[in-house]
Amino acid sequence: MDWSAILLSLKLSSVVCGFLLLIGTPIAYWVTFSRWRWKFLVESVVALPIVLPPTVLGFYVLVGIGSQSPIGRAWAAWSGHGLAFTFEGLVIASFLYSLPFAVQPMTVAFSQVEHQLIEASSVLGASRLRTFIRIILPLSRNGVITATVLSFAHTMGEFGVVLMVGGNIPGVTRTVSIAIYDQVQSLDYAAANRTAWLLLLFSFAVLSVVYGLNRKSLAVWPLQR
Amino acid sequence: MKLSVDLQKRLSANFALDVKFSIPAGVTILFGASGSGKTTLLRCVAGLLRPDSGQIKIGDQILFDSDTRVDVPVRERKIGFLFQNLALFPHLSVAKNIEYGLDGCERTPAQQLTENILESFRISALRNHKPNEISGGERQRVALARALVTDPRVLMLDEPLSALDYPTQSQIIEDLRAWNAARDIPILYVTHSQREVFALGERVISLENGKILSQGTPQDVLEAPTHESLAQLAGFENFFDATVVSISNDSGTMLCRLNGATTEVEVPLSRVEVGSKIRIAIRAGDIIIAGEFPRALSARNIVPARIISLRREGTMVIAEIDAGRSFEVHLTPGACESLGLKPEQQVWLVIKTHSWRLVAARMVSVRQR
Repeated sequence: MDWSAILLSLKLSSVVCGFLLLIGTPIAYWVTFSRWRWKFLVESVVALPIVLPPTVLGFYVLVGIGSQSPIGRAWAAWSGHGLAFTFEGLVIASFLYSLPFAVQPMTVAFSQVEHQLIEASSVLGASRLRTFIRIILPLSRNGVITATVLSFAHTMGEFGVVLMVGGNIPGVTRTVSIAIYDQVQSLDYAAANRTAWLLLLFSFAVLSVVYGLNRKSLAVWPLQR
Repeated sequence: MKLSVDLQKRLSANFALDVKFSIPAGVTILFGASGSGKTTLLRCVAGLLRPDSGQIKIGDQILFDSDTRVDVPVRERKIGFLFQNLALFPHLSVAKNIEYGLDGCERTPAQQLTENILESFRISALRNHKPNEISGGERQRVALARALVTDPRVLMLDEPLSALDYPTQSQIIEDLRAWNAARDIPILYVTHSQREVFALGERVISLENGKILSQGTPQDVLEAPTHESLAQLAGFENFFDATVVSISNDSGTMLCRLNGATTEVEVPLSRVEVGSKIRIAIRAGDIIIAGEFPRALSARNIVPARIISLRREGTMVIAEIDAGRSFEVHLTPGACESLGLKPEQQVWLVIKTHSWRLVAARMVSVRQR
């Protein structure tokens, strides 16, 4: 078992998941409550990774963070090394790739919060931030958990984007899905099978959590009048 | 403290709110059928909806002014608002719901205020319960306490008691009265229940189709409705188009014929001419049924009629009676029995002149602006 790859995947997923919650939550809030007429353009951009081949996304991220790009150069000037084929580069690519899986469940959850509760909060003198933290977020708990779990799991299992942006450097960018690919390439089917099993069980557990939660939320919802 | 409102808000091609009024401290009832614009009006005052134009003031403070582009945000208006569905926060306990509006306060006084109001609304025992664990009447109290604890400058209630039984309603009304005896702020109370109007209101503003139809004391507005829509809300069941046949200035009455019939009735005098088309109304409970022709009676209208149908509804019998035109008459089951009333029977309808009300046609509205 390639434990360094598994650990790397877990680390990558945790970091990406953290950033997704930090940045995805305000995006989801904006998508839910903005009345801007061109909002759908932002929604489309956020959802792009769902339909785009990972290689396409990976290719553009690679170009975008490469040593020729402004971002790549700025990063190199600041940190002393480039972004491509590093863990940091992988975080950026994975963040973009998993963004819809964080934003969409939260958008759905936020929009299901009864609008009158939000109005009641502001009539009672609460600011938008306070309303969000005390009312919208707690009532969207299941949506936020779904977003966390899905984006974590999605990052865990990605392949194409990682290969494009990170390459295959053991301990740095070699994630668990790449490890399986390697094991198959070197005809070590037994090792590939063990790793694949682990990933399969993990994914099943994650999806059970998500669906279990959502079923409960639907059963609880009508009681809240 | 006085709430002054002058606002216009178009919601759709065929509905626009256009009202101007000011109310002093005390309870003012906003009365009208559903769709008349009551809730829209409250939402504009609270700042949840932006008027197209106009001005809203509490005392001297301007909350909204389209000319000077003042629009105080909802959270700074300090208005208490009780939503029709209460909008209690389902994930917070009763105490936390009430404390929610006291964010600016220090922790200890906030808890003290919460305790006091829990006490005065008799809901202390529920403090740790969630809203879905308590009864409808209790929820209503919690919502009211939550709105009042912030010490609002104006209180607005959107049909707060419509879902409750009568004893619970009365209790809550008493609580509200007791609370406002000390504060004396303007309270705008939306309802379409007559009982609440009489129990609560010092003033009534009646709204129809976004316009103020009339305003005054509950007696002025509901007992002598000058508009058919109001009369219907105030419980008048019988409406007839009629033509004035003769006028008697001495006795202050006039005789009119119900259109489409030969039946003539005496009604109170009004400023019309012989031949005028008018519309008159009478409550089903104000008509007496006589089994044989009554003699030596002060009532001036004794109309021969025939019973069409009788049906029991709760503790009341509703009779449909043909007296040239169809009348609805309400009587007690006992009266119905002792007269031995049955369909097809010949009877007489006895109606006092002053039980009749003249109502203006629906669209002719006398705007009080």
